[in-house]
Amino acid sequence: MSVDGGAPGGTAPRGGAPGGTAPRGGAPGGTAWETVVGLEVHCELKTRTKLFCSCKNAFGDEPNTNVCPVCLGLPGSLPVLNAFAVELAMRIGTALHCEVRPSIFHRKNYFYPDMPKDYQISQYDEPINVGGWLELPDATRVGIVRAHIEEDTGKTTHQGESGRIHAAEYALVDYNRAGVPLVEIVSEPDLRSAAQARLYVTELRAVLVATGASDGRMEEGSLRVDANVSVRRLGDGAYGTRCEVKNLNSLRSLGRAIEYEAARQVALLEATGIVAQETRHWDENAGRTVPLRSKEEAFDYRYFPEPDLVPLAPDAEWQARAAGAIGLLPAERRARLSTLLGAAPTTQQAEQVRVVVSQGLDDLVVAAAAGGAPADLVLVRAANELASDLDAALSLDPGAFGALVAMEARGALTATQSKAVLVELLTAGGGDPAAIAAAKGFEALSESSLADAVRDVVEAHPDEWERFMAGEAKLAGFFTGQVMRATQGKADGKAIAAELRRLRERDGPDPTDHGGRGDRDDHGGRGDRDNHGGRGDGGDRTGMERAGEDV
Amino acid sequence: MTEPPSLGRDDVAHVAQLARLALGEDELETFTNQLARVIEHARDVAALDVEGVPPTTHALPVRNVLREDDPRPGLDHEEVLAGAPSTEDGRFKVPRIVGEAP
Repeated sequence: MSVDGGAPGGTAPRGGAPGGTAPRGGAPGGTAWETVVGLEVHCELKTRTKLFCSCKNAFGDEPNTNVCPVCLGLPGSLPVLNAFAVELAMRIGTALHCEVRPSIFHRKNYFYPDMPKDYQISQYDEPINVGGWLELPDATRVGIVRAHIEEDTGKTTHQGESGRIHAAEYALVDYNRAGVPLVEIVSEPDLRSAAQARLYVTELRAVLVATGASDGRMEEGSLRVDANVSVRRLGDGAYGTRCEVKNLNSLRSLGRAIEYEAARQVALLEATGIVAQETRHWDENAGRTVPLRSKEEAFDYRYFPEPDLVPLAPDAEWQARAAGAIGLLPAERRARLSTLLGAAPTTQQAEQVRVVVSQGLDDLVVAAAAGGAPADLVLVRAANELASDLDAALSLDPGAFGALVAMEARGALTATQSKAVLVELLTAGGGDPAAIAAAKGFEALSESSLADAVRDVVEAHPDEWERFMAGEAKLAGFFTGQVMRATQGKADGKAIAAELRRLRERDGPDPTDHGGRGDRDDHGGRGDRDNHGGRGDGGDRTGMERAGEDV
Repeated sequence: MTEPPSLGRDDVAHVAQLARLALGEDELETFTNQLARVIEHARDVAALDVEGVPPTTHALPVRNVLREDDPRPGLDHEEVLAGAPSTEDGRFKVPRIVGEAP
């Protein structure tokens, strides 16, 4: 791998010989490497209570205040399944095109203080959802192996000098999270880059939010991701040996960890030909993965059917009810906006659609456009101006927003003025854009006043105009700025550019062939000048020069 | 149904280790013999023709035992920690953990 390319933070994998960063790099004379990623996403379900007991499912409460004999694993307590958790799991499965099936629960046994029972109740060989897919905005269809129900573990905090596990002196455990319902979504190894893995999690998160199953808050741990990463030569059919990377608490960590891990494996393969299958821990500060346990040390969970829970077999009626409760999925919401545009979206518009949907601003856009404002301009304003103040944008009155965009579209306001009015609308949550514009003294310059303003500026700066005519295109910015100043920002940038272009074409069609006066008269297109006449001879060169001398 | 595996002393030692049971040499001997007999019995069951018989997932012929998603108060905070060997900051204090959560 190349150190700067492959290892975020500039940290080279230990013991790794320089090679190629997957998938760009390649061994000398060999083919390039391809990164292969499958993800396991744990999603905390937005229920009111835990999975097997009636304790509150809440984030951020005082430690050990939402616990009872069941989630503490006290002798004699028995789990009873939360019906709403099952409903949310079915919504997730349905949204991911899985088959929703009869299922059973298993005990996954291990000794670790985050589960006081010494086992976690999970689903093993008969999970509720199997075999679905998720289509990404880049049109990749990622297979979903399964999406099963399980309970979350308690939260362990390691106490000691560095906070690092190995240096910790002891640990403190809060069982508020123990027993919180989770759905674990396991993808096929269908992802081919860190960027695509991030795209998958972003899309999955939006789907989970749409189903009502999740609040999607990665920073609060309600979505947690483990990545199975391997590399292979581009074109190889078989997968390479994979490593599971844990502790990916943000999209950024996910991307960095996959890039690092792929580069580490490529370096190993090129140096030794061998990658050991193991579980690794992402160290965010060090920017690298470190070994956690090898395949030999892998846990033997002694899965066996949970005798305290009976099989789960939701009937068709309940499944249909769950499916009916799913909101519009992000792909459907993007399609809705694209339809609004009337024509196939440009690349830029597709990105605007993606931004607007991911910010949850699509209802606003649809409502504003329904009021008659042109959809393409509504979309641009929403994607570019609203995303920065999302809280205000989400409570913005769509009628006012639509009316403003409509004013801009028909030329009653310039883009600059429109944005200024929008800031006021956002602050107040709504209002009358026309009234705000009037109060701000905004009135669009009429076409003739704009032409006058441009002519005045051009006449006032004959030297600059000469250079502009001679081909110094960047002076367009100078003239635009001067006109803006003269009109107190009321002029529209595009209209100024058009007027400058018109004047230049009239005065000399070819800026490089800009010789004598006679030439100009021949080439200038007198007819053109006449067509735009009636505003004096301001554009006439002689007039300009005179004006220049007057200054 | 596949043939149940035969059971050796090492298997029993492994299972005991997984269950964090410290077995002495003679205990290992005793349990290996006992468990071997249990496996033998499984062999008898495996010999039966169960073609067309649906697998039993639970002893009770009951499905979908569920509860509504209504919160109810759990244990009092002091009561929760009463069973803890040691506490700090309202949390269970446990020895240093070697290795990480599964």
